[in-house]
Amino acid sequence: MLKAAVDNGADAVYIGFKDDTNARHFAGLNFNDGSAQKAVRYAHDRGRKVFVAINTYPQPGGWQRWQRAVDGAADLDVDALIIADIGVLAYAAERHPQLSRHLSVQGSATNVEALCFYKEQFDIQRAVIPRVLSLSQVQQLAQKAPVELEVFGFGSLCVMVEGRCLLSSYATGESPNTCGACSPASAVRWEETDRGLESRLNGVLIDRYQEGDPAGYPVVCKGRFNVAGSTYHAIEEPTSLNTLELLPQLQQAGIVAIKIEGRQRSVAYVGKVAGVWRDAIDICAADPGRYVAQGRWMETLAGVSEGAQTTLGAYHRPWQ
Amino acid sequence: MQLSLGPILYFWPRETIEQFYQEMVASPLEVVYLGETVCHKRRSFKTVEWIELARQLTASGKQVVLSTLALIEAGSELGGVKRLCRNGELLVEANDMGAVQLLSEQKLPFVGGATLNIYNAYTLKHLMGAGLRRWVMPVELSRDVLADILADAHKLGIDGELETEVFSFGHMPLAYSARCFTARHHNLAKDDCQLKCIDYPEGLPMYSQDGEEFLTLNGIQTQSGRIQHLLPHWRSLADLGVDFMRISPQPRHTREIVQLYHRVIDGEEGVDTEVNGMLTSPVCDGYWLGKPGMEIIARV
Repeated sequence: MLKAAVDNGADAVYIGFKDDTNARHFAGLNFNDGSAQKAVRYAHDRGRKVFVAINTYPQPGGWQRWQRAVDGAADLDVDALIIADIGVLAYAAERHPQLSRHLSVQGSATNVEALCFYKEQFDIQRAVIPRVLSLSQVQQLAQKAPVELEVFGFGSLCVMVEGRCLLSSYATGESPNTCGACSPASAVRWEETDRGLESRLNGVLIDRYQEGDPAGYPVVCKGRFNVAGSTYHAIEEPTSLNTLELLPQLQQAGIVAIKIEGRQRSVAYVGKVAGVWRDAIDICAADPGRYVAQGRWMETLAGVSEGAQTTLGAYHRPWQ
Repeated sequence: MQLSLGPILYFWPRETIEQFYQEMVASPLEVVYLGETVCHKRRSFKTVEWIELARQLTASGKQVVLSTLALIEAGSELGGVKRLCRNGELLVEANDMGAVQLLSEQKLPFVGGATLNIYNAYTLKHLMGAGLRRWVMPVELSRDVLADILADAHKLGIDGELETEVFSFGHMPLAYSARCFTARHHNLAKDDCQLKCIDYPEGLPMYSQDGEEFLTLNGIQTQSGRIQHLLPHWRSLADLGVDFMRISPQPRHTREIVQLYHRVIDGEEGVDTEVNGMLTSPVCDGYWLGKPGMEIIARV
């Protein structure tokens, strides 16, 4: 997975450890110490960076696990830690001041004062901005931001501010903040009924599909619900975010990195998506004035997207 | 144990808000939180008018705290938060790190709202260094986790100056979005929302297709469909040292709910903690017992 990203042009790759210290805590994902060491070497040999995501919120019983994750990442000689929790940020800044700290998107920083807080308190180098700002808000924030900004470019579309969504724990007891999981697979049930194929999350009916409907994973916010007599995707359709066409504006605004969802995906997906974005970023950097999102790129990305359709999400004001 | 009244989470007309707080003056609440925390476009009260109302309520003997917007995106929204944080006299509840920054710059003590994501005592300790004196526990945490956090706080020597508040009654705020779900329901863009939230004084219920009241749409905020009701557990809160149980304003029966909570925590014997007759949604208490938030465990 990491190789696929590096080989296809990613400048940096996020990894997480095999536990609940990161927000992609799923079976079969993530690294132990040995595999992480190899991954870091592979990336560094090719001049690329490795960032370690330690971006869930530790609760008292697990505090040592988060400390170990921070210390372990420092020992691996990675290039940055991606952290959300204030306690973990304080620990990392004190114990490993030389190791760059990025504010995770789970830290929910959407305004310049919040960024100043994290800069002054923990000397963060970069912040990943939640997927809720419009393009003009991103541009304005970038003008004043005291740190580098990284934005989401491509992947599943969280419609809620990251780090501020408890819908999953309300239904299942596990959330991104507490467990690094959203709508966990253990809570999912599929059932054929007279009314259609039903997906449930801990018993709550998330969606019901008739023959021929494309059935999606029952994420809480992407089901069809009934509001005042009409049944529809009351919160969000199952779509992916794709900001390829905004690259020149993002580049001009001074955004230093585009984040592409990759963990929790197949090797083929990572390779294809990284390749498209590498091409796009290089072409845009060479001549932003003549840049257009090429049809073949959009086709490739649409082919691997959730719900097979993509949107500009909150960057595009009418979506909001 | 004392009672606090959270900020009004819905968009009510000005007269309704004025009448609501007039009623609350005579209630046994110790603390009243005021202000718009959900959507900057809801302007029954302008920021300066919230500050004025806060002064009036302070004069009536309540501790009044100004609550800031939870999701700050536009410059105009940040401007409103600045005005609240620089009001010069009243305590502020910071619901975003932007507000924490503005308050700590002035070396002011503040209340840390539930959206600050305080999940451990190390975070508490750091924020206390920035001025935090009271915190509202994230709604998804349980009694047992709170006990551990407060035990750690004791070990770190920070519990002496710290007050703890728990969201105890009302539809729980669960998520915030750039998108307005009320406008979406009306097929309107957010920029042209026509302030539709005014039609839903208790939010817009969202049901599963088999009729379960799952969530509540409240503009850009998504709340629980069920109403958290922790009165049956009040002794376990008190035993942990929780200082305030927060009651979230509802359009009807808030005064009766406050009275009921007051009678029980004041020690009156034999009071029935049943509230279903006053509510339009079923109750829940799962989070407090370490379960999914929507579950109901206590039999009252």
